[in-house]
Amino acid sequence: MSLFPVFQWVQNTELTTALRASKWFFPVIACVHLMGLALIGGSVLVVDLRLLGVGLRRQPVADVAREAQRWLRASLLVMLPTGLLLFSSKAEQCYTLPAFWIKMTSLSLALVFTFAVRRRVALADDETRIGPVWSKLVAVISLSLWSSVAIAGKWIGVP
Amino acid sequence: MSLLPFCKWLATTPWSIALHESLYAYLIVLTVHVVTVSLFVGTAVMLDLRLLGVTMPRMPVSQVMAGLVPWSAAGFLVMVVSGSLLFYANPVARYQNLFFRTKMVALALAGVNLWVFYNTVYRTVPEWDLDPVPPRGARRAAGLSLVLLAAAIMSGRLIAYNGYWFDCASQPQPAIINLLEGCTTDAR
Repeated sequence: MSLFPVFQWVQNTELTTALRASKWFFPVIACVHLMGLALIGGSVLVVDLRLLGVGLRRQPVADVAREAQRWLRASLLVMLPTGLLLFSSKAEQCYTLPAFWIKMTSLSLALVFTFAVRRRVALADDETRIGPVWSKLVAVISLSLWSSVAIAGKWIGVP
Repeated sequence: MSLLPFCKWLATTPWSIALHESLYAYLIVLTVHVVTVSLFVGTAVMLDLRLLGVTMPRMPVSQVMAGLVPWSAAGFLVMVVSGSLLFYANPVARYQNLFFRTKMVALALAGVNLWVFYNTVYRTVPEWDLDPVPPRGARRAAGLSLVLLAAAIMSGRLIAYNGYWFDCASQPQPAIINLLEGCTTDAR
């Protein structure tokens, strides 16, 4: 079964057709999406850098992670709706782009990894229980996943 | 004095043409530029949020600065290098782009804001280092920083859409736009 009819339907609803007709819609939503990138980037990076032993290295990992978690959630509240809007106006095109599928795959993995694995590692009360090597590995995986989300995201827009 | 002749000359240099016509090089530089927003602005935003007193209230401001400023600076360096290459690939179009100009102004103001912050309110940081909510001057600088960085991101993203609304090549357009974009009457 192909998902293509679903993508076709998304692109051709009354709402998405109207959005596409506007000259302002796509550029302005893309701007908001990019501002969200700054916030998600900051909230992901401070934790990963801390797990790597740099950045806010004089603070406990759990403190940094707890603070960053709120901003990560806030940034997802910006990224997901704006991303969905950008997608819905170009759904058919997205279906044909490898970058889109790479982004969706790495995004799913990044979200699961961040909330299921990294969160537990970072919030662990006793840092020594995890061990620096595992912490660093978690940070590297997180950075790789989120980087591929961002890079593939940029390439969706490449003609 | 106009930089237009210089931009026109720059556009004729072989590497500018090569980058402009390249299949992938330009796109790779663009990707680096956009993705590095997360490093440069991302770390700056976390810092500004601390200065606003809305996050990491128990972490001393000076430690947050020491931990994040080097990363933001490294990001900024990547932004400047990649951004210069993007400009170099298309000097005349960028020079006469309203959003590019807006972005440069926003970045310049962000630089001034940072300089003023460092040289005024940040000098007294030992007095308020541990305050969950820093003094008004620090909060004002952080708020201004967030606004200016948001303006730089927005106008940066809109550089690609300049032709939707404003373009020296598609006359007539309002005199104020021609003035702001630096359109010349000859050879657009």
